[in-house]
Amino acid sequence: MNTMTATMDGATDNQRESDTAEKAPLDIRDHGDVGDYETIGEPFVDNAKMSARTVNVHYGDKQAIKDVSLDIGENEVIAMIGPSGCGKSTFLRTLNRMNDIIPGCRVEGEITLDNEDIYAGNQDTVLLRARVGMVFQKPNPFPKSIYENVAYGPRIHGLAHTKAEMDGIVEKSLQRAGLFEEVKDQLDKPGTGLSGGQQQRLCIARAIAVSPEVILMDEPCSALDPIATARIEELIDELREKYTIAIVTHSMQQAARVSQRTAYFHLGKLIEVGETKEIFTNPRHQLTENYITGRFG
Amino acid sequence: MSYNSTTAIQASLKKRYARERRFQWYGRLAVLTGFVFLFILLADIVSKGTPAFTQHFIRIAVNFDADKLEVSANPTEEELYAANFNGVIKQSLREMFPDVSGRKDKRALYKLISIGAEYDLRDSVLENPGLIGTKQEVWLRAHSEAGSYLKGQVDTQLDEADRRVKDNQIQWLDSLRAEGRTESRFNVIFFTAGDSREPELAGIKAALLGSAYTLLVTFFLAFPVGVLAAIYLEEFAPRNRLTDLIEININNLAAVPSIVFGLLGLAVFINFFELPRSAPLVGGMVLSLMTLPTIIITSRAAIQAVPPSIRQAALGVGASPLQTVFHHVIPVAMPGILTGSIIGMAQALGESAPLLMIGMVAFIMDVPGGVTDPSTVLPVQIFLWADSPERGFTEKTSAAIMVLMTFLIFMNALAIYLRRRFEMK
Ligand SMILES: Nc1ncnc2c1ncn2[C@@H]1O[C@H](COP(=O)(O)OP(=O)(O)OP(=O)(O)O)[C@@H](O)[C@H]1O
Ligand SMILES: [Mg+2]
Repeated sequence: MNTMTATMDGATDNQRESDTAEKAPLDIRDHGDVGDYETIGEPFVDNAKMSARTVNVHYGDKQAIKDVSLDIGENEVIAMIGPSGCGKSTFLRTLNRMNDIIPGCRVEGEITLDNEDIYAGNQDTVLLRARVGMVFQKPNPFPKSIYENVAYGPRIHGLAHTKAEMDGIVEKSLQRAGLFEEVKDQLDKPGTGLSGGQQQRLCIARAIAVSPEVILMDEPCSALDPIATARIEELIDELREKYTIAIVTHSMQQAARVSQRTAYFHLGKLIEVGETKEIFTNPRHQLTENYITGRFG
Repeated sequence: MSYNSTTAIQASLKKRYARERRFQWYGRLAVLTGFVFLFILLADIVSKGTPAFTQHFIRIAVNFDADKLEVSANPTEEELYAANFNGVIKQSLREMFPDVSGRKDKRALYKLISIGAEYDLRDSVLENPGLIGTKQEVWLRAHSEAGSYLKGQVDTQLDEADRRVKDNQIQWLDSLRAEGRTESRFNVIFFTAGDSREPELAGIKAALLGSAYTLLVTFFLAFPVGVLAAIYLEEFAPRNRLTDLIEININNLAAVPSIVFGLLGLAVFINFFELPRSAPLVGGMVLSLMTLPTIIITSRAAIQAVPPSIRQAALGVGASPLQTVFHHVIPVAMPGILTGSIIGMAQALGESAPLLMIGMVAFIMDVPGGVTDPSTVLPVQIFLWADSPERGFTEKTSAAIMVLMTFLIFMNALAIYLRRRFEMK
């Protein structure tokens, strides 16, 4: 409550409920700025696995992320929500330097993993990406066999010494992604021949096969049916014991179910962040409330 | 809204479908036109070239008399090499047609048999010295003019002065044929010999091997260099003014007339580095310069067409950029790279202008044994034969074109096979 924008000035919870129209002058489609802005809520935690400080991301002249500071705590699931195009994927990609390969993309600010600057000159991106795995928004299996898709990561990192070990890793990863039963008889078939949802689970299996410390998931369930979604959410719960997870999602229910903390992005800014329960029951910023109550798509 | 727009759509539908049908017909017509011309071309070449694959032999009673051969009764190899087989053949011919008299007629008679026959005869005696002193019926290679009459290619209605096979020769050949002394055989020598002044002795092997050696050199230079350049430019090189300049230059290089590369090869490889003239090594180097831009451009296009999501996926699990390229990008791009390389190689196979500049137009009788031996290539051989006035070379020209096209089909088949293998993985 310490930092409020002009729109929020003098607003009490009661007033907001009764009189929203008056307090929501910001149109989400208005690409005008939200002005200089400081995030509402507590972006910092004590046991941060990764932390971002005043991160700015530009695509050429276009700024996609503005002054975002956010911690991701050890063994926590943080959900990132916000309208399409607000920069969720962009922010997620800064966490394992996947933005590096986009021509014209510039990242400023400081991002650390276990208190080490991942953008420092001596930081090895190969090692970083092995430690910070990623599941992409669109399923992107390799045009190779299902087995090879999962085994590739462990193989290049030398995680398995025998064929049996590798078989074990592949089976376990596929099982945890909830795909094993469906594909166990066709492990040598191309991964690209699977359905969209199966492909996405294959990509999840591929990501967890290298046992990263942090897993970034960009809308992992957008192509999945409710059963597979439930399986993935279960998996996320399981993984939380050992790993740290950042998940981008368009489903409020999913964010509410799987995450401990939620961050709401809008036009490249981190508007509000806090305990998931708090955010969903008691949002403090008008934009957050509008978004989670479905006033904007 | 519904009724009115439905009728409007229905009205326009008819037009739209008609337009599509028309377009399809234009397309069919275009394909058909192409096929008709291709068919005419192929039919012409095949019908002209097929006779070159057979050759006529004439059976003659040869008297292997030691005196006539000017050798001793038990001749050494050296003696046999110096022996007068030519005289023996001539005498045998005279014995078969005792009526022939007069130098001019005799010369016409001798001309029924190829001048290569004496070497065939010598070889058979070398193999079997017991022939000396015996009289044998021997099949001898017919002269190309006699052969072309026996193949039925000579128009006997023509005035005698206008044809190369004269009336008396026709008479002799007819009587030989009536006695069953002529035979058509598969033309082995066409595939085992180099070029010759005599059509019946000329073969394609020297040019075929010359082309094969030249293309091998071209492939082993242009393919690795081209693909590596494409990978580097596409995946690793920074995008700046220098790389832009390089890209523009590569594109321009692809449009440079091939003869310019020949001049370059002559000036640099032969005159400056003093590499051997007429050799497949230099030919291959020149052709690889010519093919490089094609391979680079098509390989870059193939690499560009690989979806970026595959690269992201590989980098995302921690593959290094090099691993990403070699494990994921190249396998996906390989079919395209191979297609481009084959197009480049096919161009190289059909190229003659730059090779003329570096002396691969020489008259080559010996089959080259390596990339530094003087040799010629198929297109140049075709050009040389097409330029020869003898009837026997006309059919050889078409036959050589058939060999060239078979070579091409073989190369394409190899590319398709390799592509399948890459696509399966
Ligand atoms: N490769 C790129 N080049 C240029 N601009 C980009 C690129 N990727 C994203 N952007 C821009 O950055 C902004 C944020 O995009 P981003 O993909 O991060 O949004 P998002 O929140 O993930 O949206 P969605 O929910 O639709 O996935 C958008 O305005 C987009 O136009
Ligand atoms: Mg996104």
